[in-house]
Amino acid sequence: MKILLLRTASNYLLPLLLLFSIFTLLRGHYEPGGGFVGGLIASIAFILHSLAHGLESTKKILRRPPFFLIPIGLAVAILSGLLPLFFGQPFMTGMWMDNPLPIIGLVGTALFFDIGVYIVVIGVTLTILFTISESI
Amino acid sequence: MIIAVLTGFLLAFFLLCLTKPLSARMSMVLSFLPVGLFVYFVTLLIRIFSGPTLFYNYSWVPSMEIDLQFKVDGLSALFSLLITGVGALVFLYSSSYMKEHRYINRFYAYLSMFMASMLGLVLADNLLLLFIFWELTAISSFFLIGFNNTSAASRKSSLVAWGITAGGGFFLMAGLVFIGSIAGTYSLQEMLNSSEVLKSHPLYGLILFFFFMGAFTKSAQFPFHFWLPGAMKAPTPVSAYLHSATMVKAGIYLIARFTPILGGTIYWNNTLLIVGGITMLYSAFHSIFRVDMKSVLAYSTISALGILVFLLGLGTHEAFVAAIVFIVVHALYKAGLFLITGVIDHQTGTRDLTKLRGLRYSMPILAIAGILAALSSAGIPLTVGFIGKDLIYEATWGGSNAVFLTACALVVNVLLACAGYLAGIGPFLGSKSDEIVVDHHPSFLMWLPPLLLGVLSIVLGCFPGIMNEIVQRVLLSMQQEEELALKIWHGFNTILIISLATIALGVVLFLLWKPSVGKMNIVARLEHISPESIAKATARIFTDIAARYTLFMHNNYLRSYLRKIMLFFVCLIGYYLIKNVHLQINLDNLTAIKIYEVVVFLIMVVAIITVIISPSRLVAIIGTGVVGYCICLIFVFFGAPDLAMTQFTIDTLTTVLFVLVLLRLPSFLNTKDGLARTRDGILAGFVGLIISVIALQVLNEPTDKTVSMFYADNAYLLAKGKNVVNVILVDFRGYDTFVEITVLTIAAIGVFGMLKIRSSEIE
Repeated sequence: MKILLLRTASNYLLPLLLLFSIFTLLRGHYEPGGGFVGGLIASIAFILHSLAHGLESTKKILRRPPFFLIPIGLAVAILSGLLPLFFGQPFMTGMWMDNPLPIIGLVGTALFFDIGVYIVVIGVTLTILFTISESI
Repeated sequence: MIIAVLTGFLLAFFLLCLTKPLSARMSMVLSFLPVGLFVYFVTLLIRIFSGPTLFYNYSWVPSMEIDLQFKVDGLSALFSLLITGVGALVFLYSSSYMKEHRYINRFYAYLSMFMASMLGLVLADNLLLLFIFWELTAISSFFLIGFNNTSAASRKSSLVAWGITAGGGFFLMAGLVFIGSIAGTYSLQEMLNSSEVLKSHPLYGLILFFFFMGAFTKSAQFPFHFWLPGAMKAPTPVSAYLHSATMVKAGIYLIARFTPILGGTIYWNNTLLIVGGITMLYSAFHSIFRVDMKSVLAYSTISALGILVFLLGLGTHEAFVAAIVFIVVHALYKAGLFLITGVIDHQTGTRDLTKLRGLRYSMPILAIAGILAALSSAGIPLTVGFIGKDLIYEATWGGSNAVFLTACALVVNVLLACAGYLAGIGPFLGSKSDEIVVDHHPSFLMWLPPLLLGVLSIVLGCFPGIMNEIVQRVLLSMQQEEELALKIWHGFNTILIISLATIALGVVLFLLWKPSVGKMNIVARLEHISPESIAKATARIFTDIAARYTLFMHNNYLRSYLRKIMLFFVCLIGYYLIKNVHLQINLDNLTAIKIYEVVVFLIMVVAIITVIISPSRLVAIIGTGVVGYCICLIFVFFGAPDLAMTQFTIDTLTTVLFVLVLLRLPSFLNTKDGLARTRDGILAGFVGLIISVIALQVLNEPTDKTVSMFYADNAYLLAKGKNVVNVILVDFRGYDTFVEITVLTIAAIGVFGMLKIRSSEIE
């Protein structure tokens, strides 16, 4: 499926879709979106790229096998849950900053948890799809 | 107390962690554990002589009524002493018998685990705890019987033993749960008060059935006896332990323990009498037809167990006394005989009774031990066996059907006496044989334990008064209170005559009867109607059915799996819906249908029709993708943007996945087969219909809004989020989400592992 049009488009679509996925992730707490959908959108971006350019070049962009992302994501999620423990609150209590940051808005542990989910979803989706398309 | 019960497990764990095999000296040190426990239980026994029953209570899982409740009364003390006492001797003996064995650590680990489970079983006062230990004995004996795991026969017999005893365990579990819930308590002690409730309960018969299935399988009663002769594939010290003091007596213990709770009814007594009677006669005959020493002993063990069940079934005071004494008698002589067999096997390399003779020249001390054990098993006066036999006859002679029952007991005792002579005296008699080469004299560790057991038989036989107190205590725990004094001499009476007749007939039979392969073959010819071969045939039928079932259900075609799942779904849910649901469509709640909704609907219909009639897979996949996107649109129309987004992305990814997979599949699927398509179409139609009916039905159900109201009200207050869906995901139900991403990870690992490993294998 090496169509020129798709190739050219996917070069621009990859960064755009990734940006969009991060946007989706960040707005999740207030508007439709969130880590799960964001992760899926990012995966679609990579899959689109791999369909246009072949799996190898997508792997080059990723540098490491997508499987690598899973433990990172799980760690981020669990650390965001562990963080309240240092402030004497129960595991997974939502903690929030007092003042909102510019652009991003109010930041709390829930956001980091969502980022963890985001990373895990990308890792899982890409691992499954890459493995299947490589093996068959 | 808890330490006493659990040290065996700790020791086992510790031994399994060791990397180097134990030296002989180290393994001797291990026997300090059973010796120490034996001493401990002796002190406990002395304490209960002067005081009430001892209770120990440790909290474990109080919410499920499982607590580590232990009780030391006469019955459990007697069994604990047997377990640790015989255990100590077996530990000592094994340190020489298993010397320099490659897996000696493992052997001792299994052995101590087994000992600990048995101790736990007899001491537990909580039904569920008792059951846990009961199963642990089955597991550890499975390990022990299959210890020589390189031999196929050994593996097989351990599997048979496991199958029978653990299968019985299932029944027992059901029985115990019934007992516990009817009595309203899982404590054995408290249950004594609900005995009448249990006995008059309508489920009493069923309980008895379950209970007896457990007890009989464990104690190798007919027709479940055949695992026990198979269990002799285990190393001989293990057989000695299993047969004399422990495993098989667990069922006897259980029956004795529940006699005051469930016993005393005609069903209870007659079942025990009949099963025990058949077992004792059947296997007593079998025992003298064998030429392998261990085989002879195994069948005589089954017979002895039959006697015990029979006595417990008689249910009279005398019968209980006889049973208690006979437990001791049997433990002493059977452990002795097995240990002697082990020595002979170890030194000469054979257990064949037709070859063994004249061993008294090379192993004189062992010969003494053997003779003592044989005499005790035959019930010669001044051995404890004599007292045991006397008591048995007293029990059978005293009640109804005296002549018949006594005759049965007489036959069994004669045959058992003969079996005891065969194993205990036979190998030592006769001229010295050249066939048998004895390479060296056995170490004292091997002849001392059986000799000690033999001497103990004599000591208890000459001074039976030693046992008075403990027998009384055991009777007390079976709710029998009467003074008793065990005596050697009961005066000239019928019982003495029967007893002497037994001895005489036993000797005559021994002198006339020479075990031979020919006689064994006579029995072998009847093999095909024995319970063992029936059980094997049943097992074969099971595997046959399983194979057919597997072939039918798991034929490796995804489409056939899907078809079966859907068919099942349609039948089951369809049946339920037809039976219970009266469908009514409420038109009031419907809003006006918009034009774009109609358009989306029409697109979906067209897409679905394309999927069904398209001959190309690719087109079909794209068609399903279109349906998915249309559903997204519907979500958007009805105000669920989160769902729509997720549906959209997931649908894209699945379509890509399908394309990836299906494009590379060979095109062998015949999509032009009209019949198959009609069939699948009808099935799919039904599934769709049912889903629609369910969806309509859900609308009719009154909904409870409290949960969703809570989330809507508190999302911003508690979690500072305006998007309720996301707040639920990352905050209110964060744990769930975390577990979900873990599950996703596992799925990824699964796909990765499965495909990668397969492709590397192909390479």
